[in-house]
Amino acid sequence: MNLIVNGEERAVASPPLTALLHVLRDELGVTGPKAGCQQGGCGTCTVLVDGEPRRSCLLPLAAVDGAQITTVEGLGDLDDLSTVQAAFHARYAAQCGFCTSGMMLAAHALIEHNGGVGAELSREQVQAALGGHVCRCTGYVKIVDAVIAASRGDVEPSVGIAPIPGEPQVETPGAPA
Amino acid sequence: MTTLSSAVDLLVPTSVAEAVEAFGDGAGVTVLGGGTILTPEISQGRLAPGRTLLLTRAGMAGVSGDGTLTIGAMTPVAALADGTPEPLASAARNVGDPEIRAQATLGGNLCAPAGGLEAPRGDLAAPLVALAARVRSAGAGGERTEAVEDFLAAPEGRLVLAVEVDPPRAGAWVAQRRRHTHAYTLLGVAAAETADGVRIAAAHAGARAARLVSVEAALAGGAAPAEAAAAALDDVEPHDDALASAWYRARILPVLVARAIDQLRGA
Repeated sequence: MNLIVNGEERAVASPPLTALLHVLRDELGVTGPKAGCQQGGCGTCTVLVDGEPRRSCLLPLAAVDGAQITTVEGLGDLDDLSTVQAAFHARYAAQCGFCTSGMMLAAHALIEHNGGVGAELSREQVQAALGGHVCRCTGYVKIVDAVIAASRGDVEPSVGIAPIPGEPQVETPGAPA
Repeated sequence: MTTLSSAVDLLVPTSVAEAVEAFGDGAGVTVLGGGTILTPEISQGRLAPGRTLLLTRAGMAGVSGDGTLTIGAMTPVAALADGTPEPLASAARNVGDPEIRAQATLGGNLCAPAGGLEAPRGDLAAPLVALAARVRSAGAGGERTEAVEDFLAAPEGRLVLAVEVDPPRAGAWVAQRRRHTHAYTLLGVAAAETADGVRIAAAHAGARAARLVSVEAALAGGAAPAEAAAAALDDVEPHDDALASAWYRARILPVLVARAIDQLRGA
């Protein structure tokens, strides 16, 4: 069987009913998607399959043979963050980072499927789309803020981040400007 | 990491006819639809499939028909949220979250293992019972179409092909969830005003979807919603599972039934 992982074709030898999560992490060494609950309930294993967010812990390899798989590694580089990644960084939307891969991939797909960067999403849209993703650290507010900011294309971290309606104005020492 | 045996005999049919032939009488066959229920069982070593039928390419998805709808077994739950009648649409919208709904299938939901101490699965059986839906399945003795309650009473050895639904005059779905990680429905009530009168069914009151015939009879006899709803406990004995106790279910089932009736009448 084979997978196209972040644009690169990879032959895989894992048994056909191996969960995609384990094919990626254990056979291919792609550790962006996380093994959280491993029952489909937390969203840390989410990857994009042909552009659609799916739980990789719930997908047998045979069901995605030949598919395009996008993981967080495929979103951008440290020197060239994607819009969503830049927004998460600027808005302090990651703490331990365990949920972040899944959150960003789901957010990326949400923006792509709803008018792209420039078409601002509502809080309700973001909460509905990311509703299956659990975060133990952040309390979700800054994650939603970051996704909305990304949808707006508002991701210049250096100067003048425009406030988001409803966002509490709190000075956080040490947070990125 | 659990080591999986490579001795999986994987069959990936590319048509309904091939799927039916590959299924045979179902003996020793593990059927994989969306995979949302079975994949964790396999990954964690609780299920070791031999002959495995993967239905993702069998062309069994889709909603068709004018009036009576025919819904293919591999139709994703997300596709049921729009364009199918209530209470099925609302029940579908309530399952899991968007990523789960996109992968889970009608057939898989209908055939979800019932009962035990696991989290409750298979919400869609109750709305289908309320709608007096019919299940078309293949297996020993060939293809047959039967009432969904009859299918659910003996699902072993059957491959679900499609579900037929007649649109009701009105439909209502009321559900109780716990906002925990897995967002399963701990109790749901589906009601529909069909050509043969009001039908009401409960999801997860007991291990299987239960038609609330005593409630239906009370309503037909002119009882008010709350009074009729009290009869629900004559039709089902609530059970304990991972999400809720029998005591809790018994307390809130009549409340949900009354709400469903009100919603049905207001619809």
